[in-house]
Amino acid sequence: MSSQAYTPGLKRKAATLVQKTRKLPIPGSVLVKKDMGVKADDVLARTFIPGKVHVVNVAGLLGIDVWDTSKHMLKREVEKVEEKEPIAMSKTFFGLFKKYVYAPAAGIIERASNLTGQVILREPPVPIEVDAYIPGRIVKVFPKEGAVVETPAVFIQGIFGVGGERKGEVKMIVESPDEVLTADKILPEHNGKILIGGSLVDLVALQKAAAVGVKGIVAGGIEDGDLTQFLGYEIGVAITGHEDIPLTLIVTEGFGKMRMSEKTFTLLKKFDGRFASISGATQIRAGVLRPEIIVPRPELEDEEIVERGEEKEFVKQGLMPGTPVRIIREPYFGAIGVVVGLPVQLQLVETESEVRVLEAELEDGRRVVIPRANVEIIEE
Amino acid sequence: MEDTQEQSFNPEKIKIILATDCGSTTSKARFFKKIGNEYRFVASGEAPTTVEAPFEDVTLGVKNAVREIEELIGHRMLAPEGIIHTKSENEGVDLYVTTSSAGGGLQMMVAGVVKSMTAESAQRAALGAGAIVMDVMAVDDGRKLHEKIDRIRYLRPDMILVAGGTDGGTISHVVEISELIDAADPKPRLGAAFQLPIVYAGNKYAQQYITENLDKKFALKIVDNIRPVLEMENSEPARNAIHELFMEHVMSHAPGYDKLMKWTPVPIMPTPAAEGRMFRVIAETYKANVIGVGLGGATTNVYSIYDGKFVRTVSANLGMSYSICNVLKEAGVKNIMRWVPFDLDEVEARNSLRNKMIRPTTIPQTINDLAVEHATAREALRLGFAHHKLLARPLRGIQRSRTIADIFEQRMFEETYIDMLKIDWLAGTGGLLSHAPRRAQAALMLIDGFLPEGITKLAQDSVFMMPHLGVLSTVHPKAAIEIFEKDCLVRIGTCIAPRGAGVEGEEALRITIKMPDGSVTEEHVKFGSIKKVQLNETERAEITIEPARNLDVGSGPGHKRAAVIEGGVVGIIIDARGRPLTLPTDEKERKQKLVEWFKALEAYPEKLYELCEK
Repeated sequence: MSSQAYTPGLKRKAATLVQKTRKLPIPGSVLVKKDMGVKADDVLARTFIPGKVHVVNVAGLLGIDVWDTSKHMLKREVEKVEEKEPIAMSKTFFGLFKKYVYAPAAGIIERASNLTGQVILREPPVPIEVDAYIPGRIVKVFPKEGAVVETPAVFIQGIFGVGGERKGEVKMIVESPDEVLTADKILPEHNGKILIGGSLVDLVALQKAAAVGVKGIVAGGIEDGDLTQFLGYEIGVAITGHEDIPLTLIVTEGFGKMRMSEKTFTLLKKFDGRFASISGATQIRAGVLRPEIIVPRPELEDEEIVERGEEKEFVKQGLMPGTPVRIIREPYFGAIGVVVGLPVQLQLVETESEVRVLEAELEDGRRVVIPRANVEIIEE
Repeated sequence: MEDTQEQSFNPEKIKIILATDCGSTTSKARFFKKIGNEYRFVASGEAPTTVEAPFEDVTLGVKNAVREIEELIGHRMLAPEGIIHTKSENEGVDLYVTTSSAGGGLQMMVAGVVKSMTAESAQRAALGAGAIVMDVMAVDDGRKLHEKIDRIRYLRPDMILVAGGTDGGTISHVVEISELIDAADPKPRLGAAFQLPIVYAGNKYAQQYITENLDKKFALKIVDNIRPVLEMENSEPARNAIHELFMEHVMSHAPGYDKLMKWTPVPIMPTPAAEGRMFRVIAETYKANVIGVGLGGATTNVYSIYDGKFVRTVSANLGMSYSICNVLKEAGVKNIMRWVPFDLDEVEARNSLRNKMIRPTTIPQTINDLAVEHATAREALRLGFAHHKLLARPLRGIQRSRTIADIFEQRMFEETYIDMLKIDWLAGTGGLLSHAPRRAQAALMLIDGFLPEGITKLAQDSVFMMPHLGVLSTVHPKAAIEIFEKDCLVRIGTCIAPRGAGVEGEEALRITIKMPDGSVTEEHVKFGSIKKVQLNETERAEITIEPARNLDVGSGPGHKRAAVIEGGVVGIIIDARGRPLTLPTDEKERKQKLVEWFKALEAYPEKLYELCEK
């Protein structure tokens, strides 16, 4: 009997078809066609978001009654205006004195309200572009919205990240997954690179990386205090990706010093020197958006690619005897094992909670009982 | 559903009921059955919620949770198309109902003319309807107009509630708000191609202008004014409109809800709205002042029914799973660690909470992990209640004359009207409280978080089913009430706690207890301590409390109070630690005190105390 009550594991794939959906926030024009080849920096779609709005209290500035606002307007609604151009005027003493209200910026008059006396002026639209993020082939186009780019690639998910999308060359700067990524390992020639560390990256290393212009750092863990100091504030809710920081940080295992998973480390080492696209965006709810490292592998032949479909099938099967798992909470945090039993009845754990458990055999041969909620399936 | 349930049904024929709650982290299924003449809870199943990527279909999580029940009790309910209608004793259900707070729940923005008047009324109405209020906008909120426009555009709420002006009062200000919304042109969070729903509940004489400004771009619904006159708050029409639009415009665009809506003949209810219904049931059934709390994974909902007035608040980012680090941020690590009775390095504590945040569905396996989560929960409850008290306060903008009593008590109308000495019930629900291995743990968390005063009954949701019963009560009140009384509401006991401060070690309370068997005992409780007296769930005892000179248990400082109290699974909890509660500043003393209190209530297993001695 299988069970679905587990946390979906992080993906660590050596050869998979990665698809990225690239969409505009509001409709616009799509600049690519299906089956086109694209580079990571190519613009796929473009649109204009409505410009900044200025609210001008015309009635107040002219000293007129609000219901007379439109009568005093020199510009009509939807009419274009230049910055500092007069938009409204009042006359006193039989036209002897004139009072003007000027446009605070170039734009169009959107509304002149006779109820509030306010005039709303909107600046010209601001262009927004969406790039491909990864090099590859366009496999689907969403008219007016964007497209899907596909490439065979290494695809690795981290557990938590900060900072948005970035691209650069992968550079392994530690010897083993246990090693700490310290500042002395970061050199000026690492400018523009994505540095791979081992079990921990500390604050001084992060600061030095930022100073030399490193694009991204991938490490097993980080101390919470270091992250807070690097960001300049404490993260409350785990919705990240929009931080204003000079590099993207991806943590693959968790908070504290944590040996990077063997598979992640080996994969990144193998592709040392290759181009990669990374994103620190994380949104932790049940479904989970995790940070990612994508190393495109256009050289792969079709038969070498592990299709995404197979992966979904694997996830669907859930926990079964023989499923490889990693334990993601104390007292065996980080240990790897294989499921050997899935008792249906609830069992008591140390806290005295009655929970659904599984029995696992760890790599060192120990057999342990763990709440099913505290394991993740490793897709090895 | 196979053989889809009929729209109207005969409650008498309902024998098997399945209810689910799609929470932000976990989907919880509860299975109820008519056994003999009464409805009872039978089994539960839980699984991670699947609203977001990679699944993006809420029904997968629901199916996984239901499958757990199928495995446990051997009752088949799932078919590829959904939930099976009853076919035999062990196959199918007669009724399926569900609530939802998945994907962040119902997220709203509210606006009014004056921040402390109509905007505050709008906020109370939105919260009462089960929403998370992302921002409260008002003409006098101090922000510049362009800042407000940027904010509206940035937020992408599910819905906006606009109030403002009494009937016959200001028109221009409320119209100004509609102009700002029109200029910002916000897009809904789910389904950007659809129109954003807006409820207008302001000055009725401005309705025409509001329609002109908003009707083309938005799904506008106009209802009666929330503050027709200053002295009255009429939130029911706005609340109903929010529920209606929630189903029509919000739920129908969330991933998988189109399917889920077809599985159930009953409208999907926001989890907090359903939870709130059950706290109101307690208040109505026992004619009592009640404070309730739903401590969830993402949010903390606090409800008060005080002198008949119902107020709900939500602290959107105070939760015990993926927003646990916001508790850390808001409360500060020191405030969390003050509740931990053993040596714990601050760095370790922070990392441990962060690791819970990034893997929110994990549960504590070790006793020290459990203690850290319980410490954090106390702070989430404390902060949630502090937030609640800011909204549970008298209507503003009304001329009042202060009585002599008000002057003597230095009572300000800006302060909450909740007097803890007048609270009869304190009840909790939510995964962490319901799943606490010993009920005494939940009792202590509730007491430390809310600091009840006088005589307060403590209760909790047995296995987290209040939202399920809340939505069930909309169609089958008999079943909901029966299950609520017998299987859901666990009476923890009665807390006796004096208001005021005393000297550590001196006698604080002398309590004479006449037990159900007629025997009389006298308890002398020292200041700074907690004591437990056994009194079972169905039992009552007559008590007389004599507090020390400075302490008040509801009859005034130093005055005697007599009462009949009820027992519970923990019993009578005499909390003579004083109010406000202060913990010793000396580290060693603080830890000793915590252990003393935990031991007094037999709250934790011996293993924890061994850890504290190390």
